[in-house]
Amino acid sequence: MMGPFPSGPLKWLQEQPSSRLLRSFPASSSLLYTQHKRTPSPSPSKMLWVDKYRPKSLDKVLVHEDVAQNLKKLVTEQDCPHLLFYGPPGSGKKTLIMALLRQMFGAGAEKVKVENKNWKVDAGSRTIDLELTTLSSTHHVELNPSDAGFQDRYIVQEIIKEMAKNRPIDTKGKKGFKVLVLNEVDKLSREAQHSLRRTMEKYSASCRLILCCDSSSKVTEAVRSRCLNVRVSAPKEDQIVKVLEFIGKKEGLQLPPGFAARIAEKSGRSLRRAILSFETCRVQQYPFTNNQVISPMDWEEYVTEIAADIMKEQSPKRLFQVRGKLYELLVNCIPPEVILKRLLHELLKKLDSELKHEVCHWAAYYEHRMRLGQKAIFHIEAFVAKFMSIYKGFLIATFG
Amino acid sequence: MAPLLQSSQPWVEKYRPRRVKDVAHQDEVIRVLTNTLETTNCPHMLFYGPPGTGKTTTALAIAHQLYGPELYKSRVLELNASDDRGINVVRTKIKNFAAVAVGSGHQGGYPCPPYKIIILDEADSMTEDAQNALRRTMETYSKVTRFFFICNYISRIIEPLASRCAKFRFKPLSEEIMSTRVLHICHEEGLNLDSEALSTLSSISQGDLRRAITFLQGAARLFGSSISSKDLISVSGVVPQEVVQALVAACKSGSFDSANKQVNNVIAEGYPVSQMLCQLFDLVVESDDVSDEQKARICKKLAESDKCLVDGADEYLQLLDSCSCMIKAFSNMPEGFSNEI
Ligand SMILES: Nc1ncnc2c1ncn2[C@@H]1O[C@H](COP(=O)(O)OP(=O)(O)OP(=O)(O)O)[C@@H](O)[C@H]1O
Ligand SMILES: [Mg+2]
Repeated sequence: MMGPFPSGPLKWLQEQPSSRLLRSFPASSSLLYTQHKRTPSPSPSKMLWVDKYRPKSLDKVLVHEDVAQNLKKLVTEQDCPHLLFYGPPGSGKKTLIMALLRQMFGAGAEKVKVENKNWKVDAGSRTIDLELTTLSSTHHVELNPSDAGFQDRYIVQEIIKEMAKNRPIDTKGKKGFKVLVLNEVDKLSREAQHSLRRTMEKYSASCRLILCCDSSSKVTEAVRSRCLNVRVSAPKEDQIVKVLEFIGKKEGLQLPPGFAARIAEKSGRSLRRAILSFETCRVQQYPFTNNQVISPMDWEEYVTEIAADIMKEQSPKRLFQVRGKLYELLVNCIPPEVILKRLLHELLKKLDSELKHEVCHWAAYYEHRMRLGQKAIFHIEAFVAKFMSIYKGFLIATFG
Repeated sequence: MAPLLQSSQPWVEKYRPRRVKDVAHQDEVIRVLTNTLETTNCPHMLFYGPPGTGKTTTALAIAHQLYGPELYKSRVLELNASDDRGINVVRTKIKNFAAVAVGSGHQGGYPCPPYKIIILDEADSMTEDAQNALRRTMETYSKVTRFFFICNYISRIIEPLASRCAKFRFKPLSEEIMSTRVLHICHEEGLNLDSEALSTLSSISQGDLRRAITFLQGAARLFGSSISSKDLISVSGVVPQEVVQALVAACKSGSFDSANKQVNNVIAEGYPVSQMLCQLFDLVVESDDVSDEQKARICKKLAESDKCLVDGADEYLQLLDSCSCMIKAFSNMPEGFSNEI
């Protein structure tokens, strides 16, 4: 196996021209992966299309009409259960949730303010200071408890409990319930999820939870059992085309035939991504032409490059170079599992079927290890090293 | 849009049994507790079992029945995972509560035994240190305080605590009992459920009554008062059988790429992979054209993937890895890998 690396990560970063870091990943790349927070925007013209054309009501959605209609029926009575929305990234969960809130509370739910709240939590011997951004209206509060990192447990324990306890009084003086929207519940620690269990039951008269996550397997059984699960599938390509054509029309754009379909095909069924790249195309070249390139995300091109590097040469030196590139991706907030999956995707394209099994196994293996460990880079790198070793072995066995 | 008028509770809360004897299917513990109501004798208790089988319900019910609404607040301390139960709380709050001696004697028609009850719900999420700190408290104040531990996994309760308690396993509810409860709710809410829908509901909720009730309510809101088996499946998060079959068929075809395509589809459709693994398991185990050895290989892998998912591993990668293993098992390829140097 390979020997230790000659220099540490920090050293490497210092050696790199920093301009490269800034240049290679424009905002749109990270926009795909950072939780997309709504902030009250000053004017529609400055808004990104993904925000500008977000349908406001359940009747106006262009995809998932069936889910939207069901949600509408669900909230006609007061006794609606807790909800858990799950589905792949960019499939439209958040849009549905926002429209649902509007359905429940009317336009009041849209008057949101962003607040940076501070809490002091008494944890026995010491007090913990917590700071978290919340988004709230008179009827609901929205937060990303996992932003609090390993202290998310306290967020759930103290803050949610307190909010759930304070019964809301609406304008007519009648009691109702308040809705608490929790994003990324799949990223909540086990402890935090455990502490949701009884809270959800105890305060259910005054507070409903709407939970949102990408992968419901990561939400514990006990929490899932307390919610009505709402699956939001990734839109099909023809549905994405419909949305793009709708936006095109609103923007007064001329779309050559098949153009929207090409964007949809490249989007991997993510509506957010499709709309982002549509807007990018608009910026790059208008009028659109049929042979206009729909450029992949920069980080993806970068991973393609890495895959090519690995296929070309399997050596400690190459591993070291690749490591630098992996760092660059991580520094730009591309989530490690996304990098690993993309890398696998690229490698699989080039392999014999016999090798595919082996490589996919190790990808799964190292991603799992990454979850258990702390430093993602070690595990991605271990995967690359493993791959090099396997591939080299294969080449020697085949070609001598 | 009309404002939401009176607050009202979801059905799971509305139909939570208030009395011990209304808790279904857990006969053993009910017998002991009914006895407690008469004699006021009660050991420390440990309830364990899967979600939605009545553990919390039972503990709350007995506490209410023993003390009645007046004394409940002063005699019962309920702490769950949403409360801080670190070692400090054990040393202060719990200890202080446990130490107080109380009088006995019937009050307002309730037995009111001369001890207090501390309910530690979701005790499996307490740290080992905190549990250790409890040992002494339990012993010292056992005359005036009874502990009720509630958890899903008994293995996460340290042995010294567990051995001080009478242990009761809460079984997943049988289909019959489940049906009886569900029919009762249907009757109260004016719903119509045919027998097929009823048995579907019992089987998809896998012994978890809370889930059954939540599904029922969801389906009732979405599809009106006549609910079919299909309606229930659509709210339950169960993966449609065609999807599972398509995935297995792709694996049987031996082509990695077509299996990969199916896996991508499962992910894009948003089906929970943990659920998918369960259904794959059922399908593989029950199929006649798969040899025992193949089944064993596949099941082992499914179990490993399930564990990885619990650890938080990526759904796509785990499912793909499982499928790759299935392909190899179906075509009797050797298990290990050979290429590494
Ligand atoms: N044995 C039972 N008899 C009657 N109703 C039950 C029973 N088990 C569960 N239920 C119903 O399911 C709901 C949840 O039950 P409960 O809160 O007791 O579950 P639990 O065992 O504490 O689960 P968890 O481990 O998730 O905390 C109750 O409100 C009740 O409606
Ligand atoms: Mg419980």
